[in-house]
Parts: sequence; C-alpha cells; structure tokens
Amino acid sequence: MDTASLLQYLVSGLTVGSTYGLTALGFTIIFNTTGIINFAQGEFVMLGGMLAVILGQALGLPLVPAVLGAVALTTLAGGLVERLAIRPARGASPIQLVIVTIGVSILIRGLVMLLWGKDTFALPHFSGMRPILFAGAAMLPQSLWVLAVTLTLLAALRAFFTATIHGKAMLACSHDPGAAALVGVNVRRMVLASFMLSALVGAVGGVILAPLTMTAYDVGILLGLKGFAACILGGLGNPFGAAAGGLILGVLEAFGAGLVSSAYKDAITFIILLALLFARPTGLFGARSADRV
Amino acid sequence: MTAGRGAGNLAALAGFAALVAAAPWLLPNDYYLSTLILAFLNAMIVIGLNLLLGYAGQISLGHGAFYGLAAYTTAVLTAAHGWPVGAGCAAGVALTAAVAYLISIPTLKLAGNSLAMATLGFGLIVHIVFNEAIAITGGPSGFVGIPRLALFGRVFESDLEYYFLVGGVLVLLAWAALNLIDSRVGRAMRAIHTSERAAEAVGIDITGAKRFIFVLSAAYAGLAGVLYAHYLCFVAPSSFGFHFSVTLIVMVVLGGMASVWGAVAGAVFLTVLPEFLRAFEDVETLLYGAILVLCVVFVPQGIAGGASRLGRALLARLGAARRPHAP
Repeated sequence: MDTASLLQYLVSGLTVGSTYGLTALGFTIIFNTTGIINFAQGEFVMLGGMLAVILGQALGLPLVPAVLGAVALTTLAGGLVERLAIRPARGASPIQLVIVTIGVSILIRGLVMLLWGKDTFALPHFSGMRPILFAGAAMLPQSLWVLAVTLTLLAALRAFFTATIHGKAMLACSHDPGAAALVGVNVRRMVLASFMLSALVGAVGGVILAPLTMTAYDVGILLGLKGFAACILGGLGNPFGAAAGGLILGVLEAFGAGLVSSAYKDAITFIILLALLFARPTGLFGARSADRV
Repeated sequence: MTAGRGAGNLAALAGFAALVAAAPWLLPNDYYLSTLILAFLNAMIVIGLNLLLGYAGQISLGHGAFYGLAAYTTAVLTAAHGWPVGAGCAAGVALTAAVAYLISIPTLKLAGNSLAMATLGFGLIVHIVFNEAIAITGGPSGFVGIPRLALFGRVFESDLEYYFLVGGVLVLLAWAALNLIDSRVGRAMRAIHTSERAAEAVGIDITGAKRFIFVLSAAYAGLAGVLYAHYLCFVAPSSFGFHFSVTLIVMVVLGGMASVWGAVAGAVFLTVLPEFLRAFEDVETLLYGAILVLCVVFVPQGIAGGASRLGRALLARLGAARRPHAP
C-alpha cells in the first residue's frame, strides 16, 4: 500500500469524520442539558442538507443565503421539536422520552419524504470541484471547507461554554438542574436552547457534507447512528471527546472501506463500536462513568 | 390479589383462545386468513418486545433483525443444507438468543439507552449482510425454496392448518409472558422500574434481570421468524430492515406498554390497517411518527390502558345505576 492512497483515506476519513463529530456534539449538548438521547439528531443533519438544496432549487436562492437559511430553519425546527414534543412529555420516564425522539425523527423523515419525495439531491460545492493535489493525494476544496468549518464551530462552542453566561448556565443544568434553578437559571429555557443549539450544529454538519455525499430524506438514520457511535467512542457526555470520536470513526471507516471492503464499510464501523463497548464501556476519553443520576 | 390476577389471566387467555379459534369462520375470505397469520407473527414479536420496553425499560431497534436472523438461519439450513425443518427452527431461535446475549453484555451496563443504539447498529449490520452475502442469502432479491413447516411427520400445508398452529403458539407465548410478569423476575422488573437504586439495595441483580428479558424477547422474535420463513417459503432483506423494527415499536406503544393484550391489539391493528387504508404507503412513516409522539404524550397506556379505563368507567356507572340511593 503506497503512502498516497493512505493519505487519501486519511483525508476522506477526516472529512466524513468531521460530520460525525458535529452530529456527536449535537447529541452531547442535548444529553448534557437534559439527559435525553435525541434520536432525531440525524434528522437535523438531514434537514440542514435537504433544506439548503430545496431553498436553492425551489426558491432559486444563491448558495450562501440557501445554506444560511437552511441552518436557520433547522435551528427553528430544533426549537419546535422541544416545544411541541419534548416539553409536553415532561414528567415522562426516560424510555418514553426516547420513544418520543424516535417518533419525532420518523415524523421529520416522513414529512420531508411527503414534501420532496424519495429522490437523492446534490448541493453545489462551495468553491468549485477542482481537486487540490498534495503528496499524490487529491483533495476536494469542499473537504477543506468541512475541516475549517468544523474547527471554527468547535472553537466557538468551547468559547460559548467556558466564557459566556448562557453557556455556563447550560453547563450548570447538566450538573444539576435543581441547583441550577436555585441559582436563577431558567432551566426550561436552557432545555429549549440546547435543542436549538444542537439542531444548529447538526445542520451545519449537514450543509457542509451535502456537496460531497449527496442527500436524501433518509440519510439521517445512518448519520445519527454514526454520530452516536462517535459519542460512545469519545465517552458519552464529553463534547470534545465526541468530536474526536467522530474524527477517529471517520478515519477508521475510510481505511476499512479502502483496505477491507466498501460493501461492508458500515458493518465494520459498528463491529468496531460493539467491540469497543465490550472492552471499554466508558469510551476512549471518558474516565468517569457515563451514568447520570 | 395474586390468585385473583392469575384467574383473571386464565379467563382472558381462554377468551382470547376462543376468539382465535372462531376467527376463521368470521372472516369473509381466505385472503384475510393470511393477513391474520402475519398479524399473529407480529404479535409474537411485539409481546416479547413489550416485555423489554414495558417491564425492563429498555428499547431495542433491532428486533426486525432478530426476526430476520432466525428466518434466514432456518431458511439456509433447511433449503441449502438439507436439515430437517424442526432442527432448522431450533437452530434459528437458538442463534438469535445467543446473539442477543452477546449484544447485551457490553450494552446493558451503560446508561442512556445504549442498548437502543447497539441494536440499531446490529440491525443495520444484519441488513447489510443479508444484502451483500449473496452466495449464502441470495442478496436483495431474496431466498427461495424454503420448505413448508413440517413437525413430527406432519406438513402444515393449508393456510387454515398454519393459522391454527400460529394461533396456538401465540396463545402459549402470551400465557408464558403473563406468567413471567407475575413471577420473581417480573416482580424484580417492576421493582427496577420503580427505582433502580432501591431494587439494587434489596439485592436484585438488575443487569441479569434486564439481560434475561432482552434474550427472551429476542427468542420470541426468533420463534416468529422461523414460523414466518416456513410459512411464506421465501425471505428477502427488505422485510427485516430498520423500518420493520420501528413498526414493532409503534405496535408496542400504540397497544400500550407493559400490557400483553395491548401488544396483541397493537400488532393486529397495525398489520390489518394497511389492508384497508389504500394511501397507507405514502403516509405510513408520518403516521407512525405521529402515533409515537401523541401516544406517549396523551395516552401513555395505549389501547390497553384506554380500554381498561373505559371498562372501569362503565363498571362504575353500572354500579352507580344499581345503587341509586347509595350515599
């Protein structure tokens, strides 16, 4: 195996892995604030890509407004999900909340299918398709976009959670919602904010990946699952572990597809995940137990 | 209380068995018989899944795959390797239970419903293998030439015979589930549901109890799977995908969590509904999503809870009518 192909796998792995990382980050934001595993997270990623395509094609918007509009609409959808499905079910058991989010995810999928059909759509590349050659490996400009946007978003989130009052309030909810309420944090509003924020992060992942992999109403299942796998890999509840988990998963998958079999690419990913759960249930970066009390 | 409950269970079982036995004479034609057979197979899986969801508080998004794994196992063993049908069926159910056990080891220890994601991943792997391992499974176009079910030298040739077999198995599985709920394991599960900590403190092996229920529910799906394979004599990957796993969850939730009869009602209702709703395919996904959200928010007890509440209200009204002057 020559270095050029290995480098090629690494680049494509990091690109796809960035999206897994962003999806994983979305899971973590909601899990940390509410203790809910949001099964609709993958649908936020799908909505980001699909809405950008629809805004571009149906309304004839140029790429930039279409992408920004898609992210804004998905963020709004995240808020609606919290308002219409999660808040009315408050007081339900954890298992019921999981069912609600599964319901929301297939509801979103069904709605998109009904509105725009089962076709696969492509979003134009942000800055052309001429590959950049580097040490024998070819890299699409879109890959650079994906990596740059992911890193920027990670830095921004880090700043948000450590340096702003709202970010700290959300973190407080994750430690103890009761105590957070006592010191004056509006926990309900934080829950709403966490859904909107994670929808935003998911949608960004969706729009930057859509030019590379195409998008359709049903891409959310697999993306959501990979995102959750990344969470487990990085240790559930640890945002930067989640992002790192996504990158690792993406790279493993690219090498698995390149060196073993592309037909079984997704199977390889999940076998690695199950093996890892078996050997190290707290994830690679999770020292503490992922148990929330 | 327990004795009364046991008698109530037996009465309900007898009533259900009578209904199952009478159904073929109430149906307008034979086509509905095969719909009912499929509905009963779904009901078997859903009873098992309901034990997991309603009692162990765990969710599996891979029961479609367990169903398929058992179906493919017996299909390949009997049609391609000449195993007797009974042995193929036993191997199918055993393999399904063994795989469920393996999955449960790492996942049931984790919080946040890792089992849900692990089973979702497992379901996708199984689906990929069904589609890609063409030499063994026949790939996307399916696997043909599975022999019809034959047990103890008797071939279940007609739909009516098969219907009575499936109906009988369903009654037995419902009976086993009802007994399990009132057994030591069932009480342990209810204790865990109320408070995991308290259950642990009084010495209940939480992980062990959850694992037992998970493996059992996979075995229920496996049994339904082998009966499915030897009924249709054809299996294809599309019957066992993620969509089917979600449909099973919808059946549990609609029927009512933690209710054996609710599981049967949910499964039969949602299997028969598409036969009457022509536009069903377009709105199916949407409808299922809406059912899941609305049921949990507004009727957490599903059909079963709604029916029992209605029954109690009627009884109360009757009682009030009989004693009009009671204070």
